[in-house]
Amino acid sequence: MKKFAQLFLSLDETNKTNEKIKVIKEYLLSVSDADKINMLALFTGRKPKRPINATQLKQWALELSEIPEWLFKESYDVVGDLAETLSLLLPEPQHQQDRSLSSWVEEIKSLRKLSDEGKKEWLLDSLDQMERQEKFVFLKLLTSSFRVGVSQSLVVKAISQISGLETPTLTHRIMGNWEPETFSYQDLTAEEDGTTDISRPYPFFLAYPIQETSEIKKSAEELQIALGNATEWQAEFKWDGIRAQLIKRADEIFIWSRGEELATDKFPELHPFMLNLPNGTVLDGEILAFKENQPLPFNILQTRIGRKTISKKMLVDNPVAFIAYDVMEFENLDLRSKSQEDRRKVLEQIQSSSTHQEIFRISEIITANDWEKLAIAREQAREMMAEGLMLKRKTATYQVGRKRGDWWKWKIDPLSVDAVMIYAQKGHGRRADLYTDYTFAVWDGDKLVPFAKAYSGLTDKEIAKVDNFIKRNTLERFGPVRTVKPELVFEIGFEGINRSSRHKSGIALRFPRILRWRIDKKKEEADTLESLILLLQE
Amino acid sequence: MSKKPLLEFNQNGIYCAAGDFYIDPWRPVNDAVISHGHSDHAKWGHKKYLAHTLSREILYYRLGEINLETMDYGESRVKNGVKITFYPAGHIPGSAQIRVEYKGEIWVFSGDYKTEDDGLCAPFEPVKCHSFISECTFGMPVYKWAPQKEIFDGINSWWSQNQEEGKTSVLAGYSLGKAQRILQNLDMNLGKVYTHGVIQNSNEALIRNGINLYETTRITPETTKEELKGNMVICPPSAVGTPWMRKMLPYSFGYCSGWMAIRGAKKRRAADRGFVLSDHADWDGLISSIKATECDTVYLTHGSTASFSRYLQGIGYDARESKTLYGNEEEADLEKEGSNL
Ligand SMILES: [Zn+2]
Ligand SMILES: [Zn+2]
Repeated sequence: MKKFAQLFLSLDETNKTNEKIKVIKEYLLSVSDADKINMLALFTGRKPKRPINATQLKQWALELSEIPEWLFKESYDVVGDLAETLSLLLPEPQHQQDRSLSSWVEEIKSLRKLSDEGKKEWLLDSLDQMERQEKFVFLKLLTSSFRVGVSQSLVVKAISQISGLETPTLTHRIMGNWEPETFSYQDLTAEEDGTTDISRPYPFFLAYPIQETSEIKKSAEELQIALGNATEWQAEFKWDGIRAQLIKRADEIFIWSRGEELATDKFPELHPFMLNLPNGTVLDGEILAFKENQPLPFNILQTRIGRKTISKKMLVDNPVAFIAYDVMEFENLDLRSKSQEDRRKVLEQIQSSSTHQEIFRISEIITANDWEKLAIAREQAREMMAEGLMLKRKTATYQVGRKRGDWWKWKIDPLSVDAVMIYAQKGHGRRADLYTDYTFAVWDGDKLVPFAKAYSGLTDKEIAKVDNFIKRNTLERFGPVRTVKPELVFEIGFEGINRSSRHKSGIALRFPRILRWRIDKKKEEADTLESLILLLQE
Repeated sequence: MSKKPLLEFNQNGIYCAAGDFYIDPWRPVNDAVISHGHSDHAKWGHKKYLAHTLSREILYYRLGEINLETMDYGESRVKNGVKITFYPAGHIPGSAQIRVEYKGEIWVFSGDYKTEDDGLCAPFEPVKCHSFISECTFGMPVYKWAPQKEIFDGINSWWSQNQEEGKTSVLAGYSLGKAQRILQNLDMNLGKVYTHGVIQNSNEALIRNGINLYETTRITPETTKEELKGNMVICPPSAVGTPWMRKMLPYSFGYCSGWMAIRGAKKRRAADRGFVLSDHADWDGLISSIKATECDTVYLTHGSTASFSRYLQGIGYDARESKTLYGNEEEADLEKEGSNL
């Protein structure tokens, strides 16, 4: 595990994407295949279940450190991370070992069978064989917070360069439910895809925003020049719900959210129609709160996210429906290389033969021969409870990730980004004891760069929740400002955007405001600085 | 009735009533004894200064024409029957612990100190006393320094790696003390060392004071990008992120500070590399130094005074927090460096 610890350190020591890829490649080339797949599992959030709870872990490790508990707490406040705090406080090791990452992970997984006494002995014994950095990584594996400052796409790039496989292929293969025990590095990099994971989703195809501001709207002529004839495009409303992928294979059903989370149990009303789908069907679409043939506002759907169990009352009050956009797989065949038009025909056929059309809906096509008509349709989107239009080139294949060219989102309120809160400050007046002023960041490579400050546009209830989160997740205090663990995602609206040399991000927003809290999004799903820079009118 | 302590903390600084002088006062006073040349300890505006011989040129450079008397380690001065003696603090060149003795009672003010011998300044010596005024900038158990050789091996291999990649190495460290400690431990076979003007000024002041330093080249508007390539640049933290750094492109930027011990702090500095290098004592250094003084009472200044005094109380010391204006050496100097750019 020493090499893995070194990898972690080397990744910490560089901010540059290319160097990170280089470091990952060097690691992969220097370890066994078993270690490779274990590393990939850890870097894509597939951590072994926590074998020892945090309280026990802290208590046992503390016995070694010979400092009083209050001082441990204060140290933790300074450091902000349990594994790091303990690794700094524990004494130098008296023994040594050079065991591989996979052998440690395997051992961690077998721990659950041990008694508390046995676990404690194992823990203290293990810690006594590790230098500080290895201890840190080891404790990270044992606590819940194994986060790496490296996006999945970098690991995929590194593996692609080593194996010669294309990144979209790899991105697809590492999705779904797998563990190092069931999916080897050979499986991952084999010429032919030999997966047995029936739950495995496809990577989502994401649209690029059409760049305009509230002052400068794109005219029909401009769109004509940029995108060609309107008839070459399939236009639909852009629905405001949770993007989801529905899978029916081998008589089993799976619902995946865009954040690669399995959400099958959260939407029981979708199960009957999914079970009726032919085996080997994968649909892309949006889950919306939907009642009496009408979509409901997003915040109604939000009440269902984040709950472990969905009560009967909730199912009655806040029912959902699925609006299908696309089909990626039918009759066990991957349809992604077919054209948008062809896939649409298949989708219509699937939907029309369903007996649950109130819940299994299809995203209607807006027929328009020119851009003027589409612009009018877009203006009506809000009444439809939609966010704007989606434009999909009729010849487009279903691609991987956010790609420019074939899918565009043309929002009514186009100036908005999903951003991560990183700093917080207390408010004034009535809210003087609550954290209500936030600083937001977007991704620049693997870094979060601050780009806007906004005061709350949240409800009192939300503010109380965010305030509580901030107080429990403060990493550091600078005067009145707290650095907060980057985790919460908010949608930030704004009026305009300019270049600014005074800001680290290189841009300044006009009138930024919080549109809503995106509980459904993980920090990795926030927008990029690049996407903001694209909005500059130059 | 309790008697008046030999040293007390008042609104101007640390005051010795019996001798009628101040130690490291932050407001203008008549008679000031100065522990070292950092700007949070050596302020402008006192009528008389007493400092260590090796602080002389730096004080003149930073404070201008002052009425300064100097003495060496082990030497003493007597003011109204109060005996003042300097002992090495190991913090920066010229840094002194100030021992104050009156009618058999002994107090020591540590100033800033570190316990590791850095090869640049006279190494720290614990001094026996009844009351010890100690800094505790890094008075938390998470701060434990590795031997400086390990850190400098890391810095030198980083430099040579940058060279291979055709990059300039830019290392940020506090301009007085840290910068020279870095300089004296660089592998001079690797290339030339360039300095930011503020650091070059400090170097020159120390050289005038008879301290031997490796040769460095001041960066001026005429310095070209080509000259710098592959070489080392030492700059103060305040220069980081300013247009001044453009000339070093492409560069790798390293930051030398004790705060780099924490991952989060490293991330916020946005440094390519953080080197854990401090001129202050770490947790173990603080505790061993306090024990070595055999003191009964400890007064704590700088940093984690609350936690550290509580810890010391727990192991049997009469430990108290003291309110001072020390500890912002970096921030205090930012403004000064800004105006000297
Ligand atoms: Zn100092
Ligand atoms: Zn100081």
